[in-house]
This record gives sequence, structure tokens and C-alpha cells, in this order.
Amino acid sequence: MTDVSMESAAPRGTLTTVDARTKKRNAAEKRFRAYGLTAIVIGLFFLVVLAVSIIRSGLPAFTQTVVEVEFTLTQEQFDEAESQLLKTKAYENIFIAALQSQLEQRGLNVAFDAAAIERLLGKTGGTIREYFRANPDRIGTPVSFELAASSRVDGYFKGRVTRDSVVDSRFLMVTDLDLVDALYDAGIIKSAFNWNFITGADTGVDNPGGAGIGVAVIGSFFMMLVVLVLSLPIGVAASIYLEEFAPKNWFTDLIEVNISNLAAVPSIVFGILGLAVFIQFMHLPQSAPLVGGLVLTLMTLPTIIISTRASLKAVPPSIREAALGVGASKMQTVFHHVLPLAAPGILTGTIIGLAQALGETAPLLLIGMVGYIARAYPEGVVSGFIDPNSAMPAQIYTWAARADAGFYEKAWGGIIILLLFLLTMNLIAIILRRRFERRW
Amino acid sequence: MYDAPSTTKEAVVTDVKIQANDVQVYYADNHAIKDVSVAIQDKTVTAFIGPSGCGKSTFLRCLNRMNDTIDICRVHGKIEIDGEDIYDKRVDPVQLRAKVGMVFQKPNPFPKSIYDNIAYGPRIHGMARNKAELDEIVERALRRGAIWDEVKDRLNAPGTGLSGGQQQRLCIARAVATEPEVLLMDEPCSALDPIATAQVEELIDELRQNYAVVIVTHSMQQAARVSQRTAFFHLGHLVEYDDTSKIFTNPEDSRTESYITGRIG
Ligand SMILES: Nc1ncnc2c1ncn2[C@@H]1O[C@H](COP(=O)(O)OP(=O)(O)OP(=O)(O)O)[C@@H](O)[C@H]1O
Ligand SMILES: [Mg+2]
Repeated sequence: MTDVSMESAAPRGTLTTVDARTKKRNAAEKRFRAYGLTAIVIGLFFLVVLAVSIIRSGLPAFTQTVVEVEFTLTQEQFDEAESQLLKTKAYENIFIAALQSQLEQRGLNVAFDAAAIERLLGKTGGTIREYFRANPDRIGTPVSFELAASSRVDGYFKGRVTRDSVVDSRFLMVTDLDLVDALYDAGIIKSAFNWNFITGADTGVDNPGGAGIGVAVIGSFFMMLVVLVLSLPIGVAASIYLEEFAPKNWFTDLIEVNISNLAAVPSIVFGILGLAVFIQFMHLPQSAPLVGGLVLTLMTLPTIIISTRASLKAVPPSIREAALGVGASKMQTVFHHVLPLAAPGILTGTIIGLAQALGETAPLLLIGMVGYIARAYPEGVVSGFIDPNSAMPAQIYTWAARADAGFYEKAWGGIIILLLFLLTMNLIAIILRRRFERRW
Repeated sequence: MYDAPSTTKEAVVTDVKIQANDVQVYYADNHAIKDVSVAIQDKTVTAFIGPSGCGKSTFLRCLNRMNDTIDICRVHGKIEIDGEDIYDKRVDPVQLRAKVGMVFQKPNPFPKSIYDNIAYGPRIHGMARNKAELDEIVERALRRGAIWDEVKDRLNAPGTGLSGGQQQRLCIARAVATEPEVLLMDEPCSALDPIATAQVEELIDELRQNYAVVIVTHSMQQAARVSQRTAFFHLGHLVEYDDTSKIFTNPEDSRTESYITGRIG
């Protein structure tokens, strides 16, 4: 691009007319700017496409179609239901009666049976019974129940399922949709924000409506904690030693080459290493965030070491000389002057490493975190580390692999949560960076 | 030729502060200092002059073992300060550098406040028992660096925000704050204007009361003005070392004469 040829000295002219050489140079500059702008526009275009498609596919996961029915359970009804053999069936009948009376109140007359309700809402009796057994004081007062609609009904509202595409099955009949429409007109069925998706646990393969990512978020959180606590101090200490203290000889060169190579090792290799060392040899628990964190630490270390060494190298040698010149020791020089100047760069490297680790699925596959159905929150901090759990990318992968279309939407929703988690991490890093940089 | 230095600056015979014998310095295969022996006197300003690349900085950096930080650099021979071999295995270079301060060619203030720039050395050497004492040390150092009046109102401003000349005086103040016995200055005035240069030269003359000062300079006038002794280096050799007045009026070696008259270098 740059013209360094000297073939013809520009003829002497006035400054107000642009000579050919300058014209050429200016044109080259303009062209380069256009290339740069084009590259940015293309990049932005793909970013927008990505963001829009993620949001469009993922947002439905944050709403859930629910049926809201209010009714009062009397003490006699409760006693009678508890005395029966099929207790939940009794509660279901009470619920159906309540629903029917509410429809009638609104002047709507639709016929439906218990089987249809089961197709729409799953086993409602159990939920209601559990509630009243847990809250006996609510017996005799009006209680409003919000029951999640089944995946297909939810899909009907979100446009995933249409009347034409429905094939009668034990999951949904075409006639059920008439009932759904009627309930919708009555305002009984509606769309609500799905808090359970954010805070809830994973369900089995048959209940996409109830599945949440909350427990996996906790799993990822504990994993990131392990990665941060281990890889940052180890990585920074190793880099400082290699960069500032270690003699330059073939041995340290070898270490350097190896670290650079480690950064390029596929993550699944770290996964199988983790399986062999941490689980089979050290007998750490399977599927535990602690093991996941250890494996991801191995993966993150090279990234942190490389970026830390680069930012240590970028500190001007004159600063080191100045400190040594006033009689500071090597360590004082590093910790008082070099490290603070390198801190922003170290932070950037750390956040890149952590972000990579956060989104990593392959190594988790081998230590049993993918496919583990995390149904409950860990009980405490310790069990948060050692109890089997899932992690966000593992959870997303698991959902995407399930058959029910409801899970597909959850997978996209999970990606939104994953990105939000990442954004939060980056935000913290930016704030910290600002802090460090204020020290000139 | 230059004017002979005034009589007040005539060298007084004093104790030897630094004695170097047969010093050789190698950068890998590059033999940068060859057989240099020199006796640097206490309470005297010694100037190192010579063409670029002749090894002035290298030799200066041997005197406080700053060359230790360069991996490929090897130093042979003996350098004694107050009769103690500074390359002895038992000598801690950190302790040595507290005793032998250094000012570099390029101003290199810490990216910290002006106050912290000065206070850093005294702090790590435990020279002040409390804040008031430290304040006093900082003020004294800044005054000796001839920069106090310019910065006294903004001690908390970053040292890197000063002009080049101010930064250099800040670095000189930083070097004297730790009360060294020897002060090494590598072309301290190359970034300064004539007024600041005059201030620094005045300062050097003042420092002579207490310290042995070694200054590398490319300015013959400066060497003639501030120093009592002058050493002329050429291609790694110490060609001539004598009273400044003698070097500038009646040099013995023809190379010295050609250099100071501007024919080599
Ligand atoms: N860090 C280094 N690594 C390798 N060689 C070096 C290094 N520093 C200096 N040298 C070499 O040592 C010789 C002397 O350099 P030195 O810096 O001492 O010269 P100088 O007299 O201070 O020059 P100037 O007046 O330009 O500052 C030169 O040949 C130079 O190439
Ligand atoms: Mg030099």
C-alpha cells in the first residue's frame, strides 16, 4: 500500500495544487479507510444477526402459558379426599369442578373431561394436594392456582404448534384446542413471565415447561470460582517468575514453548486428563463443579500466563531501572511498580480465559457434567463444590439434545442467560480495570 | 580550547572513594570495556567524556552493579568502594544501590504522584519514622533538585505529567532523597534547556560537598564547568584521566586532543 519508490522527484509546484504523488497517496488512504469501514460494517451485521436470532429464539423461554384458577377447598372436601384411595384423583375432580363453574360463570359452555385436563396441565391433583398439605391454614379460604400448561399448549400460544400440525395423540387432541381457546377467551389461560426458568432446576425429558437453568447457573458459578481462585494466582506467579526472575536458558525456553503449545491443546484433551487424574486416580466426585473447575483451570492457565507475560513485557524497562536505581529489591520492583502497571492487561487476559472456560462444554462431557440432570440446589457452599451439578453450557447442550420442541426453546433461553452471565463478568472486569488504570 | 576552570573548582586532593582495577566488561562477545583502572575521589565531580558507544554508560553502570540486570553482561576485574569489593559474593546489590544513587539519561519518573516518586526510596529504606519526617525528606530532596517551587502546590499530581526537564530534576531529587554517598549521572542534562541545565549544574556543584559525583556528558563545556576530574574514554579504553583543567588545556594523548577539539567522535 505504501509507496516508497523514489523513481521521480515531484516537480516543484505550488502548494495549492495537489501533485500526482500526493493524489495517489490520498487515494490510497481513502481506499484503506473504506476497507476498514466495510470490515466493521460486515462485523456489525453478523453481530446484529446473531443477537436478533438469539433473542428471537430465546425470548419465548422466558414466558410460560399458565392456567389460573381460583377456588376454595372446604374442610369437608379435604377430609373426604384424604380418606379416598386415589387421593390425587379426588383433588383433580375438585379442580375440574372449580374450572367448570368458572367457565359457567362467564357464560361459556365447553364440554371437557379429566383426560383433556391431564393433556393440558399434566397431573394437577398432586400439585393441589401438596399445597394444601403444606399449608393447612389455607383450607376454607379462596386460593388462586397458577398451573403451567403442557409443552404443546405452550407451543400453541407461541406459534410452535398450529391446528393444522396437531395430530391426535395422548399428548394433545385437536378438540383440546377448542377448550384452550375457550379458556383463553375467559381469561383463565394466559402468558406469564417464567421466573421458574431463571431460578428453577432441570426436569426430566417429559416436562420442558418446568425446566429451569438456575441450578446450572449455580454450578457454573462455583466452577468459575474454582477457576478464578486457582488460575489467577498460579498463572500470575508463574508469569512473574518466568518473566522477571528465571534465568534465560534452554530449560526456561522449553517451558515457554510448552506453555504456548498448551494454549492450543483442544479442550477435550483436558477433559480426559481430568477424568483420569481427578476422578479415576484421586477419586474426586463425578460431575462435581470442583472437578469441572480443576479441569477448566488447566485449560485457562496457559491463556492467563501468556497474557500476563505479555503485559509484564510491555512495562518499560526504564521503570524497573528507576526502582532498582533507588535501591529497591527485585521483588519490590516487581510488586510496587511493574505489577500495578501490568494489572489491566492481566485482568483482560484473565477475563478472556474465564469467558472461554465458562462456555466450555467438551471437557465437562468427560467428567460427567453433561447429561447430569440437576434437579435440586446444593444445600450449602461445600456441597456447591462437591455435589454433582450441571453447568450452563452443559445444560444447554442437554436440552438441545432432547426430543421435545419445548426444550429447544429452553436451550436458546439458556444461551441468553449464559451471555448475561458473561456480560456481568466483563462488566466487573471493566470496573476493576478503570480502578487500576486511574493510577497512571 | 576552553577556559581553564576557575581556581575555586581546582581539584583538592581527597580520599579515593571508588577504586577500579583492570575492569573488563563483555556483552556476550562484545568487549565493551577494556582494562580500565581508575580512582574516583570523594567530594569531587568526575566527568566521563568520549565518543558515542565508547563505553561510558557501561562503565558507569558497573559502579552500582546495574549491569547485573542485563543477562549477557559479564564484568571482570575489581571495583572497590571505600575499600570494599562491590563484586564480592557477599555484597547485596540492593544495599549497594542504596549507597550509590543513579540518574538516567532519559527521565524515568514512576507513574505515581510527585510526592510518591520522592518518598519511595526513603520509604523502602525506612528512613522516616512518621509522615512528618517523610514530608520533610521529600521537601528537602525537591529543594535540592531545584524543582520545589514548581511543584510544591501539586505534590499529588502525577510525576509523568511534568515537562521533560522537570521530570529529570524530579529524578535527581529522587536519587538524592535516599542520601547516597556516590551519585552516578548518565547524561542528566541531555533533555534540559539551558536554564534547567544551569540549575542542575549548580546542584551538582552543591552535591560535591557531600558526595562523590560521576557524570557522563557529551558537552565539553559542561565537563569543564562542573567537574574537577575528567576521564576520556575511547573504544572501551580509558585513554586519559586527569584534572579537568589539564585535560582541557594540555592533554597528553593525541586522541584526547582531537576529541575535545572536535576532530573525532
Ligand atoms: N544492553 C546491551 N547489550 C549489548 N550490548 C550493549 C548493551 N549496552 C551497550 N552495549 C554495547 O556496549 C558498547 C558501549 O555502550 P555504552 O552504552 O556504554 O556507550 P556510551 O559511551 O554510553 O555511548 P553514548 O554516549 O551513545 O551513550 C556499545 O558497543 C554497545 O553496543
Ligand atoms: Mg550512554
